[in-house]
Amino acid sequence: MRVWSAIFLLACLAGASVASAAGIEVKSYTLKNGVELLVLPDHRAPVVTHMVWYRVGSADEPEGLSGVAHFFEHLMFKRTKRLKDGEFSKIVAENGGQHNAFTSYDQTAYYQSVAADRLALMMKLEADRMVNLNLKPKDIATERDVIIEERRMRVENNPSALIGEQMMAMLFMAHPYGTPVIGWKSEMAALSYDAVMDVYRQFYSPANAIVIIAGDVEPEAVRKLAEKTYGRNHGPKAEPRLRRAEPPALAARRVVMEDSRVRQPEWERVYLAPSYRAGESKHAPALSVLAQLLGGGPTSRLYRRLVVEDQTATDAGAYYSGTMYDLGQFSVYAVPTPESDPAQARQRLAAAEASVEAALAELLQNGVEAAELERAKRRLRADEIYARDNLMTLAQTFGRALTAGLTINDVLAWPDRIMAVTAEDVRAAAQAVLRPEGSVTGLLLPKAEAKP
Amino acid sequence: MKRLILALIVLLAGALPAQALDIQTVDVPGVGTAWLVENHSLPIIAVQLAFRNAGTAQDPQAKEGTATFVAGLLNEGAGDMDAAAFQQRLEELAIEMSFAAERDESFAVMKTLTENRREAFRLLGLALSQPRFDADAIERVRQQLFAAVAQAEQTPSAVAAKRWYAAAFAGHPYGRPKEGSVDSLKAITRDDLRAFAASHFARGSLVIAIVGDVTPEEAKALLGQAFGALPEKATPAPVAEVKASPPAGIEVVNRPIPQSTIVFGHTGIKRDDPDWYAAQVMNYTLGGGGFSSRLVNEVREKRGLAYYIYTIFAPFDHAGIMLGSVGTQNERAAESMAIIGTEITKMRDGGATEAELALAKKYLTGSYPLSFASSGKIAGELVALQLDGFAPDFVAKRNAYIEAVTLDDVNRVAKRLLSPENLHWVVVGAPDGVASTVPAK
Repeated sequence: MRVWSAIFLLACLAGASVASAAGIEVKSYTLKNGVELLVLPDHRAPVVTHMVWYRVGSADEPEGLSGVAHFFEHLMFKRTKRLKDGEFSKIVAENGGQHNAFTSYDQTAYYQSVAADRLALMMKLEADRMVNLNLKPKDIATERDVIIEERRMRVENNPSALIGEQMMAMLFMAHPYGTPVIGWKSEMAALSYDAVMDVYRQFYSPANAIVIIAGDVEPEAVRKLAEKTYGRNHGPKAEPRLRRAEPPALAARRVVMEDSRVRQPEWERVYLAPSYRAGESKHAPALSVLAQLLGGGPTSRLYRRLVVEDQTATDAGAYYSGTMYDLGQFSVYAVPTPESDPAQARQRLAAAEASVEAALAELLQNGVEAAELERAKRRLRADEIYARDNLMTLAQTFGRALTAGLTINDVLAWPDRIMAVTAEDVRAAAQAVLRPEGSVTGLLLPKAEAKP
Repeated sequence: MKRLILALIVLLAGALPAQALDIQTVDVPGVGTAWLVENHSLPIIAVQLAFRNAGTAQDPQAKEGTATFVAGLLNEGAGDMDAAAFQQRLEELAIEMSFAAERDESFAVMKTLTENRREAFRLLGLALSQPRFDADAIERVRQQLFAAVAQAEQTPSAVAAKRWYAAAFAGHPYGRPKEGSVDSLKAITRDDLRAFAASHFARGSLVIAIVGDVTPEEAKALLGQAFGALPEKATPAPVAEVKASPPAGIEVVNRPIPQSTIVFGHTGIKRDDPDWYAAQVMNYTLGGGGFSSRLVNEVREKRGLAYYIYTIFAPFDHAGIMLGSVGTQNERAAESMAIIGTEITKMRDGGATEAELALAKKYLTGSYPLSFASSGKIAGELVALQLDGFAPDFVAKRNAYIEAVTLDDVNRVAKRLLSPENLHWVVVGAPDGVASTVPAK
């Protein structure tokens, strides 16, 4: 997941409505009941994106109930005390709205994109289901089948996703990031009405919610609407998020998966890394820059080395997942030429791995050049401006950061922090993170099919 | 609360979408007419281009994948810049530029900061008029296309779609995979690539949309300089009109996966069919409308058989299709298929209700402004409208076409366009109790 790579907001003060040629306007409020409200005005088109984020993700689930946060997200589309089954979706549709929701490790978010003059209605609907959901035990079995189908589609039908799960489970020995967001199938099948209702009671309250509205709106008008809708909800105080700490990583780990469905072998290595909030977070901006210059597209070091020079891969790159409440990850990957023969595929992966090792060793030893550093930073700055073209991207930038324990000011200060990254910072970050003992290396290989 | 919601709906029903979109046309001497939406609030310019009759349907026989191959090479060097120099220039200026081939057209998409616009347009023009096709770049992209073929082969939805198109368009260019095959990709030479670009990327085939921080005068100059060097006329191969006619029945592609990935469909209609809007309204109720559709309700909500199910009417230049897809556990694949067949039959025979018609029209009209929510989206819409032969005032008229659809229209097109007994089903997986009834193509 590339989160921070597309995120970059030029500084202006939160709470003070500022718009400059180079910046965006953001206005924030906290309602009396604890709801945080962010308004991002953009008057280019008469549309609005309305998102509600809750500070609950799969990493907040009780042990043994993996998948329950995501399961509950599905169930939020059932009835409330005021709306019948299916009525939520129907109302959004008849107002020309598009809506959906998603769950990740640290957050669950619900959103509608809609004509700006329908915003009040969307806020009413979301405020209603925040506290008035009327779930019944009979809702459980059918929707549980749906999430299990979702798991089959996303994970079990896809060898690449399967090895990804295995790698995460190895990387995080204790922390719940090692458990897939969608859940382990055996635990999903046992999720009960009581388990999902516990999620609702514990996490769905005003004090645990962030409302973000981007588009053709006036902040003060939105604040008044928010007070009339979300502001009337009551709920408990937000509780601290307590997760198991990750013990020190002392051993390089390898995951080798053979699967007869594989036609395209893959190589990937994931390093445990600080995030913007946790661990040695001072390295986080340099890791964003490092991911760009090491593996962001055809001019990057890994692409040049593997695809153009060594010709040990058809694609190669790197990415940094730094917007996490707890530790993040730094990944490098290589895709060799296709191969169905397991022995040949192993050789190709070994060659690609050797190229990656050489590229990383060179980086660790010699650091980065001024020109590539500047190019990467300029590229990230441009991405920030491009990101502002899309209301959803903008709203997601803030939502993801805030639910990962960051502040509005963290988001706004980010471009300056990136532009301040030096070659020495990148080298120090690389040396701190690219340690074999903090990594899991995954090899996805074809498997000879048993002869009938 | 419910009463209040209804009051709001009534109050707001008069709101008109897309009023804010002011489409200008810019005549670029020697190049043609571009559509422009000017907006200076962000320092960004988004561009989309299409070349008509330059898609994968133009791939020479036994050289399937040529158009995709060319698209993959267009940012691998142009003019006096080799691949590394060209890509470095794009990266330094943070210009996003990508190329892709669909069945009928080839597309280019570009995004640049205003301050780099001159160089951005120059590079885009060079990429299309003077692509280098250097030998090392060709081999690199060939390997990447082999990877794409392998990736598609291990992706159940891609396998299902590929088989469905092969069955529906046997003997026609639409039946061939866009990415080609390992054999066809091996057969493509540098001369083939050069010939494809030279004979398809011409001013006469070019459709342009430009959105953002640029004035009409400047757009005219930028576009003239970028594309003036393209040849005047393309010489595409003729593509025959064709009716999608896959054999009625089931084709099972055995794969050791727990979820059967199913694609089903039959012939449809082209974009200029007078029933186009009625078909869109009908399909919204059948399977196009997400949680508002009958298929989602019956297959997912009531029975938990699938995470996704949808149907679409997709138009091409020379054919139209109705296509649907669902993913369902192997053990219940037969049940899912039976329910889908039943719902399509019910729609054909019984049509929709007044309430369904009203909901479909409200969604389809009310959501239209969302198609214009970012510069990139606007550029994409503007190119699509031009390809379909519309004038800029279409955007203001479009919702009236939806509003004009009556229940009689919906019920009539359901009878005309749905034919459950003629569906061709491709099932990729290990479905219980589902066997092939037609041979694979």
